[in-house]
Amino acid sequence: MITIIDYKAGNLTSVKLAFDAIGVESEITDSGPRILKADRVVFPGVGAAGAALRTLNDMKLVDVIRQVVQKGKPFLGICLGTQIIFERSEEDDGVECIGLVPGVVKLFRPVNRFEKVPQMGWNSVRQVSGHKIFNGISDNSEFYFVHSYYPSPSDKSYILGETEYGGVSFASVVGTGSLVATQFHPEKSGKVGLKLLDNFCKWSGD
Amino acid sequence: MLTKRIIPCLDIRNKKVTKGVRFQNNIELGDPVELASKYYDDGCDELVFYDITASAERRPIDIDMVREVAKAVRIPFAVGGGISTLDDMSRVLLAGAEKVSVNSLAVENPGIIKDGAKAFGSQCIVLGMDPLKVKISAEIPSGYEITTRGFRHHTGLDALAWARKAVDLGVGEIVVNSVDADGTRNGFEIDLTRMIADNVGVPVVASGGAGTPDHLVQVFRQAGADAAIIAGMIHTGQFTIPQIKNFLAESNIPVRKQW
Repeated sequence: MITIIDYKAGNLTSVKLAFDAIGVESEITDSGPRILKADRVVFPGVGAAGAALRTLNDMKLVDVIRQVVQKGKPFLGICLGTQIIFERSEEDDGVECIGLVPGVVKLFRPVNRFEKVPQMGWNSVRQVSGHKIFNGISDNSEFYFVHSYYPSPSDKSYILGETEYGGVSFASVVGTGSLVATQFHPEKSGKVGLKLLDNFCKWSGD
Repeated sequence: MLTKRIIPCLDIRNKKVTKGVRFQNNIELGDPVELASKYYDDGCDELVFYDITASAERRPIDIDMVREVAKAVRIPFAVGGGISTLDDMSRVLLAGAEKVSVNSLAVENPGIIKDGAKAFGSQCIVLGMDPLKVKISAEIPSGYEITTRGFRHHTGLDALAWARKAVDLGVGEIVVNSVDADGTRNGFEIDLTRMIADNVGVPVVASGGAGTPDHLVQVFRQAGADAAIIAGMIHTGQFTIPQIKNFLAESNIPVRKQW
């Protein structure tokens, strides 16, 4: 059973439908006790970091998320969920985030006027580690991105995958221990995205 | 590198995909969910559905269809037609669509863009616009006027001014559908697309006129479009999506290669 954390940051229908498509049972919940009991946890989200952090604090979910990761349960961040596990985001004039990954989240500042913000569409991910989340996925496969800010870990050993946009090479997949997080949306990335979700479901978090 | 998106457009009338020229002489092409699944398997990057009679008939969009499409494909898709309230947007997004497209009703009530972007995020809100080439005047300095209600109504709005205003209000993407090129399969209207793409900071999707793979190369290379909508050229079976993508790749346009 996959537990998808609902903190009112965007639409979780696609995440659940993607797990349905690979035959894995999932539930969407905002209950701390249920999240703590889960085998594995997905932390999705779209929207603004400031509002997301306020909601997580109001719902008392920040400590729940820390505990899930401390216990070594497989944990998958997606998009905004990935950004707010960093220490800080430049969004909303600077937001203190959860701090599970050292580093900050920065705004794209493209010099080429044809590179729009947000980045919207399919971009390739260069695998910089042999992580199990990439099992059976070709290097430089394309995934679907929608974002204006990008993760920038201060410790490069957290980087699992990299993508080029806006004049930078940014960390599109990060991870440590039982935590893995993608800036792209695997749930909307076709069959390659489903393969990554399937890998996550089979991963013991080691 | 960010790839250029190829987006099949499915016009829905009475629960079936149809195709006409400038909304006239519509012919039925099949079931929306079946066609969506086929194009997904063929490697399209995104899909867009317009319920082309919902707005005129003042009825909400067919939510069951949106739900079925969401179950069938694992790529983003946008839904337009008959979206007039936040409630309409919410229902479409919760049914599994990635984006909602507003057009005529946003011209009548621009506030819906701001409210939608605030409630669901700019990335969900797409502005569809149907500009018609007109004589340059003080009112229409860009030479393109916004039409609504299936091109029948002339709004007096300048296309570039409207695009800029919509971005300020919070749209995350603009679909520029040339009235003059729509359904002709004679190529996109490059000048119009480039004018909008050069002057707004959000992604621009070219629409109207796609007839050959080379038309897509032109609109990506000469107009700076981020994505292109195709319809008749694949609905008729004249071209397939892999054929189009291969042609683009050979022309050094970045496209998604594996799916």
